[in-house]
Amino acid sequence: MSDAEIRARFELDYTPFALSVDLGLPLSGVTALFGHSGSGKTTVLRCVAGLVRAPGGFLSVGDDVWQDESRGLFVPSHRRPIGVVFQEASLFPHLSVMGNLRYGMTRAGLTAEQAGFDDVLGLLGIAHLLERSTTRLSGGERQRVAIARALLRRPRLLLMDEPLAALDLKRKSEILPYLERLHETSEIPILYVSHSPDEVARLADHLVVMEEGRVVAEGPLSQTMGRIDLASRFDDDASVVLSATIGAHDDDLTRLDIDGGAIFVGRRSDDVGRRLRCRVHARDVSLSLSLHTDMSIMNILPAMVTAIGDAPTSGHVLVETSLSGGERLVARVTRRSSEYLGLRLGMPLFVQIKAVALLG
Amino acid sequence: MPNAEDLQAVLLTLRLAATVTVLLLLIGTPIAWWLARTRSWLKGPVGALVSLPLVLPPTVIGFYMLLAMGPWGPIGRLFNTLGWGTLPFTFTGIVVASVFYSMPFVVQPIQNAFEAMGDRPMEVAATLGAPPLAAFFTVAVPLARSGFVTAAILGFAHTIGEFGVVLMIGGNIPGKTRLISVQIYDHVEAMEYGRAHWLAAGMLIFSFLVLLALYSRRKDRIDV
Repeated sequence: MSDAEIRARFELDYTPFALSVDLGLPLSGVTALFGHSGSGKTTVLRCVAGLVRAPGGFLSVGDDVWQDESRGLFVPSHRRPIGVVFQEASLFPHLSVMGNLRYGMTRAGLTAEQAGFDDVLGLLGIAHLLERSTTRLSGGERQRVAIARALLRRPRLLLMDEPLAALDLKRKSEILPYLERLHETSEIPILYVSHSPDEVARLADHLVVMEEGRVVAEGPLSQTMGRIDLASRFDDDASVVLSATIGAHDDDLTRLDIDGGAIFVGRRSDDVGRRLRCRVHARDVSLSLSLHTDMSIMNILPAMVTAIGDAPTSGHVLVETSLSGGERLVARVTRRSSEYLGLRLGMPLFVQIKAVALLG
Repeated sequence: MPNAEDLQAVLLTLRLAATVTVLLLLIGTPIAWWLARTRSWLKGPVGALVSLPLVLPPTVIGFYMLLAMGPWGPIGRLFNTLGWGTLPFTFTGIVVASVFYSMPFVVQPIQNAFEAMGDRPMEVAATLGAPPLAAFFTVAVPLARSGFVTAAILGFAHTIGEFGVVLMIGGNIPGKTRLISVQIYDHVEAMEYGRAHWLAAGMLIFSFLVLLALYSRRKDRIDV
C-alpha cells in the first residue's frame, strides 16, 4: 500500500470490554467500520478523533503522527484536522444554523470562500435553513447541517459515527443520497461506523469487520462483504456488492455489464456508460447445474463454486461462486438442495439472479 | 416609617448580597465544573463540604469562621500576610463568611446544569477546533445559562436572608455589619414592632417576588 495510509494501533481495557486493534487503512474513499453494538467500532473512531486516549496507542494519518505514546505524543482533538459527525446531530442549540456552521470554519481560519461554503451547502441542500434556529429542524435536516459543519473545516479526515442510526427509515432514505453524493464528489477520506449492511453496501469502498473489540476481517468491500465466513455478521443480509456499468437500454430493460457477464434490470434513466454499484443478496441467488431457458428468471450466468459454508439462517448453506470475469456471487440454498445437487468446490454451474438492488 | 438607620441597613445588605453573588459566581463556577466532570474520589468529600451550610446551624458556621478569621486562624493569617487587615467585625469579614454560607446555593444549580449538558457538547466543540477554555466559554457557559441565572438569584436572595453567621462574625456595627435581619432583631428587642414591620414585610415581599420570578421562569430547553 502507498504511504497515504492510516496506521492505528489501540489497546484498551474497560473490563469486561477490551479493545485491541492494529489497522492499516487506505487514506481515500469510504472505510466502513462494521460490527454489532459492543464490537468496539465507535471506540476506534473516538480514539482516532482523540476523544479517547488509548494508553500505548499509535496513530498516524499519512505522514502526520497524531499519537505515539512511545514518545509521549498525543495531539488533542482540537488540534487534529478532523471533521466528526456524531450519531445524534449534536448541533449547538444556543446557536443558529449559521452559527453552528461558522463555529468550526472560523476556528480553522477559513473564509467562507476558502471553506467552499456555497458548494457544501449545495451538496447537502441546506442553503434555505441558514437563519433557522436548530430546534426548528427535522432530524434529517439537523444531521445534514452537522455534516456540513464538519466539512466546512476542510478536514483531512471525516469521521462519521452511525450518522443515520438515530433516524427513522424515511429520514435515512432522505439522507443517504446526500452521503452518496459526498462520496462521489469529495476527496476527503471518510471513516464510517455502522451496523447497517445496507449503508455499508451503498457507501463503503473498504470494509473492516469488528467483533468483541477485535478486527475479524478487513479488505476492499467487494472482496470482504461476500466472504461466506463473515456472512453470519450480516444475518439475513448476506450479499455481494458488484460494480456495474450501464451497458444499454432496450425497450423496458436496462443492461448492466459486470465482469464476466450482463444483468438485465428494469429500465433506468441513467446514461449509458455510467458506473454504479449493485447489491445482490444471497437469498436472491439460486443455482442450477444445467442452463434452463424455460423459466421466468432472465439473469443466468455461468460460474464455478469456490466455497461452501453454513448460513446464519438454519437449514441453509451459503455457496460462493466465481464468474468468468472474477466477480463473485453468493447464493443461499437449502442444505437439502445442496446435497441433492452434489455441490462441491470447483464445480461448474449456473447462477440465477432473482433480484438486484441498484445503489445510486 | 423606616428611618435613616433602617435605610443604611437596607443599602448595606444589598451591597453585601451583590458583592457575595459576584464573588460566588467567580469562585463557584470552577468548583461546579470540577464537581460535574471529575471522577476523582475527592468529588464526594468536596461536594459534602460545599453543602454543609445547608444543614448546619448558622451559629456553628459562624463560630468556626470566627476562629478561622482570628489572628491565629488560617484565614486571619492569610489576610494578615496579604496586608488586607483583620476580618472579624468588618464588612470584608461578613463578605468572606457569606461566601462560604451561600456557596451551595450557587454551586449546585450550576453543577446540575453542567451535568445535564453531558460530555457531548464539549466533545463536539473540541472536534471543531475549540481549545478547552474557548469551548467552555462558547459552549458550556451558554448551555448552562439557566443554571447561572438560578444560581445568581438564589445566592443573592440567600445572602440577604442571613442572620446567625453575621451576628457571630460581624456583630452589630451600624453601616459596617448591621444588616436588615439584625436591624429587625434590634427593633423587636426594643419593642418597636412598627419599625420591625416595615423591614420584615419588605423582606417578605422581596423574597416572594424573587422566588416567584425564579419559579415562573420558562425552563430553557437543553437538547443537544
